[in-house]
Amino acid sequence: MQFFFEVLIGGLLAGVMYSLVALGFVLIYKASGVFNFAQGAMVFFAALTTVGFISMGAPFWLAVALALLAMAALAFFTERLVLRPLVNQPQITLFMATIGLAFFIEGIAQLTWGAQVHALDLGIADEPIEWLMGNTGMNISKFDLVASGIAAALVAVLAVFFNKTRTGRALRAVADDHQAALAVGISLHRIWVIVWMVAGFVALVTGLLWGARNGVQFALTFLALKALPVLILGGFESIAGAIVGGLIVGASEKLAEVYIGPHVGGGIESWFPYALALAFLLIRPEGLFGERRIDRV
Amino acid sequence: MTAGRKIGRPILEIDGVSLAFGGVVALQGVSFDVREHEIRAIIGPNGAGKSSMLNVINGVYHPQQGTVAFKGRRRRNVDPHEAAQQGIARTFQNIALFRGMTVLDNIMTGRNLKMKSNFLQQAVYWGAAKREELEHRAKVEAVIDFLEIQHIRKTPVGRLPYGLQKRVELARALAAEPELLLLDEPMAGMNLEEKQDMSRFVLDVNDQMGTSIVLIEHDMSVVMDLSDRVVVLDYGRKIADGTPDEVRNNRGVIDAYLGVAH
Amino acid sequence: MLYREAGQFKTTYAADQQLFPIRQDRIGMAILLAVVFVGVPVAAATPALAGMIDFNYWFSGVLIPFLIFSLAALGLNILTGYAGQLSLGSAAFMAVGAFAAYNFELRVPGMPMLASFILAGVVAALIGIVFGLPSLRIKGFYLAVATLAAQFFVVWALTKFGWLSNYSSSGVITAQKLVVFGYAVDTPVKRYLLVLAIVSVMALAAKNMVRSSIGRAWMAVRDMDVAAEVVGIPMVKTKLLAFAISSFYCGVAGALYAFAYLGTVEPAGFELELSFRILFMIIIGGVGSILGSFLGAGFIVLLPIFMDLSAASIERSFGLALPAGLVSNLTLILFGALIVFFLVVEPLGLARLWQIAKEKLRLWPFPH
Repeated sequence: MQFFFEVLIGGLLAGVMYSLVALGFVLIYKASGVFNFAQGAMVFFAALTTVGFISMGAPFWLAVALALLAMAALAFFTERLVLRPLVNQPQITLFMATIGLAFFIEGIAQLTWGAQVHALDLGIADEPIEWLMGNTGMNISKFDLVASGIAAALVAVLAVFFNKTRTGRALRAVADDHQAALAVGISLHRIWVIVWMVAGFVALVTGLLWGARNGVQFALTFLALKALPVLILGGFESIAGAIVGGLIVGASEKLAEVYIGPHVGGGIESWFPYALALAFLLIRPEGLFGERRIDRV
Repeated sequence: MTAGRKIGRPILEIDGVSLAFGGVVALQGVSFDVREHEIRAIIGPNGAGKSSMLNVINGVYHPQQGTVAFKGRRRRNVDPHEAAQQGIARTFQNIALFRGMTVLDNIMTGRNLKMKSNFLQQAVYWGAAKREELEHRAKVEAVIDFLEIQHIRKTPVGRLPYGLQKRVELARALAAEPELLLLDEPMAGMNLEEKQDMSRFVLDVNDQMGTSIVLIEHDMSVVMDLSDRVVVLDYGRKIADGTPDEVRNNRGVIDAYLGVAH
Repeated sequence: MLYREAGQFKTTYAADQQLFPIRQDRIGMAILLAVVFVGVPVAAATPALAGMIDFNYWFSGVLIPFLIFSLAALGLNILTGYAGQLSLGSAAFMAVGAFAAYNFELRVPGMPMLASFILAGVVAALIGIVFGLPSLRIKGFYLAVATLAAQFFVVWALTKFGWLSNYSSSGVITAQKLVVFGYAVDTPVKRYLLVLAIVSVMALAAKNMVRSSIGRAWMAVRDMDVAAEVVGIPMVKTKLLAFAISSFYCGVAGALYAFAYLGTVEPAGFELELSFRILFMIIIGGVGSILGSFLGAGFIVLLPIFMDLSAASIERSFGLALPAGLVSNLTLILFGALIVFFLVVEPLGLARLWQIAKEKLRLWPFPH
């Protein structure tokens, strides 16, 4: 039983990372209706830019600030060169465009900073929490706990941003109704840039946390693939859904790996979340928190 | 050529149909029938449930209560393509053409359910498949001639003006040689001349092919001129049913359109 | 002036519905077929030319992969371009084809090679139907997720279930020798001709399907599914048939990929990356176009070769060594940029540009 909880908690903590990536997706989807496949590439780009500047001798905070600047520039150019020309195109077209964007960002990132794996030290030790170890015997990493704390703080900051600031309210207005938002004088282009910048910020945080855990490397781009089932479970438009979905996927894939994996040869983490998401889709296509839509003719 | 406007027995019988989406009631206990060779209009203010009624008839929506009987066969929940197979074709309020295809291909889809060859035969495109393709092409050309759209045969429908798109949509429905044709505001957004053309086509279809027609239309003069009988819906209920003259003088109808002074 | 249809009057619908209604197109196609089937092999057999051009490289390194990828792109185009169902799992169906053909050859004594290829396609088609089932309830990128599931699941299964690769380590298989009708296909030029013949026949079949009722049903579902049902097109059959036929094409392409191109393949060689490459082919070549599948495959196969050659010549002429990974990263960037460029500027791809060129040519030199 203790082992079960250890796996469960380990899975939940990994799920926090999936939630963060999914959060980036949801932000962009809500404001612009774009399913941004490049979110994983953005995570990679942001983390690589930070370690790149650090390896050039920049202090950590400066490197983060420069990486943020790079994400802002990326948001600006994406809006100008991809979103604006493709406005009113079918969603599927925009989706494919973001696949192209992902390749582009990955190429730029590796061209600038090289393709080797970089270590990143955030100063948080990746070691078991002694108190827990002593009292319950469970092996839970200190790092994972801090990472979840940061993720929770990030979500809280975003919540404040969306509910209390003028820009945040404008973002929500756009998400609810593009036409109406335009009618009251909100500039869609500006909103898109901002929302992509916020998503870039989320990507940076994700990249730093995940990169510190497993090294800053190309594999970070695959996070986008993990986030897809998360979104299906949680729905594309719900921040709460992204978080809950991430936790479900993280926990269930670890449990499945440990309890089902040995019977079928292991390695089922690669597809289990998809199977779960598909099964879920067939039962409730709109996701946990999504709204059912009726086709009108 | 004239099949003779002889109105026959009921071909479609709607009995006590109710339909709701969540808590929103679209139709409530609506009953009426459509007879062979008849042009039957459905009128009513916006949101009265007219389009929902058409959607029930051809299986896009499934009513919670009531039955629909077509050609004497009662059915509960048919799918749209089954309704099409039984001989019901329709056009849409907002044009629902296949935008990536040419006019000819759009109309040919109307023949799809009558084509028998399988995909392997079609892959070889020899013998039966080719013969079938040509036979149906000839039928489609007859419809194209009938609706006078020969000149736009090979044009992608997305490039056509609105009025012609409406006509192509009618052509696609006619290509299926339906026994019952549902027209959802076929003249909406047209100018007078286009309306006259469309009215002529509707009458000709009814006259020459003997097709029964259910028509939703807002232009009262068109409705009064074309239709044999009129159903009036308001807030999902039937408030009147009869010949154009009877409906025109019905107190309830006037109230529904002009508002009642309480 | 030469490319003009003036004076070519059609008096029957049969004449109007033939494959190439314009006479110049028929002549052009005949010339193209003569060149690729006869001209190229004859040139390769001419000693004078063989001394100048490395034909073996061109057959094995360029033409054969180009043709095989054209076939895979054709498969994806049937599903995505014609039937409107986005798939990110084409490589998985290629893998199914490759491993199925290998197993038919391995386990059925005296199995003719072409029969193995066809059966491999059929197996891929069946798997395609299974992963196409979710399309009956979900659309758009929700469906993309279902095909991603196929992508990951198939690669995993081929690696984990040893029986499928005859218990070789990490699932590597070496394709059996190519023998067709008792005739050994053992040189690059013979392999080229075999692949060319198969791809030509299947391309013709695809063209025939898309101009028949099944093709119109696919396009109708793509353009507006509700209206398609109302017209009487059965959704289940139409969508699943698109998945089946598309997967069949990808499966045969996968079998050829293993047997006529690489010889040795492993599941990891059919990664998501390959699926994306095939998707890029149809975006650049032309979504919903048979010709576009070929143009896109040619573009994507040739671009990295072109980049490598340019890099090599730059290194040679300037006497410097370019950093490792530069070319591959530049290729990534270029692919990404081209995808966005085509989606923005010409969503119908190279095939549409070709069509525009032909329309211009029809009016040339007097455009009014």
